[in-house]
Amino acid sequence: MNVSFHSPAPRTAISGSKAHRQSKQHGLEDMELDGDHEDGANGSGVKASTLHVVTPGEVITNDTAFMRGHGTYIENEKVVSSVAGVVDRVNKLISVRPLHTRYTGEIGDVVVGRITEVAQKRWKVDVSARQDAILMLSSINLPGGVQRRKQESDELQMRSFFMEGDLVVAEVQAFFGDGAYSLHTRSLKYGKLRNGTFISVPPALVQRCKSHFHSLACGVDVILGLNGYIWVSAHVPQNLDEIDTELVYSNKNKEDITPRDRESIARVGNCIRALADEFIFINDTIISFAYEASLQYKLKDMNKKEIMHAIATEATTAVDNMKG
Amino acid sequence: MSHNQIGLRIDGRRPAELRKITSTTCVLSQADGSAYLEHGNTKVLAAVYGPREARHRALVLHDRAILNVELNVAPFSSGERRRRSKNDKRLLEMASFVKQTFEPVVIATLYPRSQIDIYLQVIQHDGGTLQACINATTLALIDAGIAMTDYVCACTAGWVEREAAIDLNYIEESSDTSEVTIAMLPKSSKITLAQMESRLHVDKLEEVFRLAGEGCKQMYEVMDKTIRDRAEDLARKMTV
Repeated sequence: MNVSFHSPAPRTAISGSKAHRQSKQHGLEDMELDGDHEDGANGSGVKASTLHVVTPGEVITNDTAFMRGHGTYIENEKVVSSVAGVVDRVNKLISVRPLHTRYTGEIGDVVVGRITEVAQKRWKVDVSARQDAILMLSSINLPGGVQRRKQESDELQMRSFFMEGDLVVAEVQAFFGDGAYSLHTRSLKYGKLRNGTFISVPPALVQRCKSHFHSLACGVDVILGLNGYIWVSAHVPQNLDEIDTELVYSNKNKEDITPRDRESIARVGNCIRALADEFIFINDTIISFAYEASLQYKLKDMNKKEIMHAIATEATTAVDNMKG
Repeated sequence: MSHNQIGLRIDGRRPAELRKITSTTCVLSQADGSAYLEHGNTKVLAAVYGPREARHRALVLHDRAILNVELNVAPFSSGERRRRSKNDKRLLEMASFVKQTFEPVVIATLYPRSQIDIYLQVIQHDGGTLQACINATTLALIDAGIAMTDYVCACTAGWVEREAAIDLNYIEESSDTSEVTIAMLPKSSKITLAQMESRLHVDKLEEVFRLAGEGCKQMYEVMDKTIRDRAEDLARKMTV
């Protein structure tokens, strides 16, 4: 059986990039090697254009050899799109990815969320998905020793860990039967968020990558939640060996955040907003470039449309130059 | 009287001609999907929130999403300034028409235990509010990335001055005409809503329905272009 993997980094079809051209060729070879679906590739099959945009009700293919994925349904043995977006094809699986939509998670995703409710042995967390995610009391690190049994007293003082309105960074651990996400914060990377500001962007703009925790050169930490929620905060030096577990759930910001730090945080935040406004992928590289591009402007001017546009354009050109 | 000698209507249109349609999506930054639509001088803004955690526990369905439609008419929308209460029976009825129109089309089983909120705001009223509301809702739902089996396109038609005509404006609507609003799935030509408030002779019904159906197909072309342009624009921006 032929298995081809699409390159994970830019997920959309990039007309010029090498990685995509390779995967595209691979995909086409794959089709031809199959032999029995040759006519599918040429005639009735999926169009080979780099950007295949479909709208609801549009027939993607009437070749019965294809399987339907997300964003499609089968009618009269045809694969029909149910959303407006870009067609993704992996071998025989066809799915349509809407570009402007809510977050759909996968296990292992790093998400930023806001506690909306404290319930029996669990918290409900808004992660901009179609339902609130659930953080069980048993899937957080309890203070006082990393490995400790959950006690009744913990249940009674759940609000001392996370209160309604608190922001947390967590990882998707599992799905419930109805599709709700179960989160966990059982690592010192995860937990309550302090010392910074919150920004929300379309989830499609944050891509899965090796790390979603970044420390920028300007002394600002950024957490890129895959659900489009982003946390920009003052840099806190991390030494994971000697973290006081009591402090993990503290509600106090650190004391020495200078006005300079605050300005950097606001500036990075505005840069992310400018990039999101232009619908550009957000990662640590482009944020750094946007930050440099923004230094020529005053902070208070950065929410003007034309300046946001200028910053975004300069950042994208800088990234292009770096790629060569 | 309103027809002149060469068979034009009061605003100079031919019987099977729509008014000028302008539409854009993604006009609100906070909503998950939004659309602004003009049928001539009828102007409607639609906002879609969701699918999101259902606010009323009692209404939650364990296997599908619930649709919630709210319609509001601006006090300045018609010639006479008038504030309508939120419980205006006509508005509630219109909202339930929109809800019933979309329930068979939205694939709600993909979103169990959640809720889709649709808020409609009529900014200016010049006839055909229901069709404009349905068309704006379609655009907003697609903009929000909510799965639907097809577009829903709505169009009115009526019997004006001894002739069938589509997309009636306020003057044509108010001069004692029988008017039909239909909402159609353009790919399969299935009808999800047929609404009529006055009487129409059965001999004329077929002709009126045929014209309304054609109007829906025309609407589809316009709406599909809006959606496609927007999707291509976003896709292109993401590849840069």
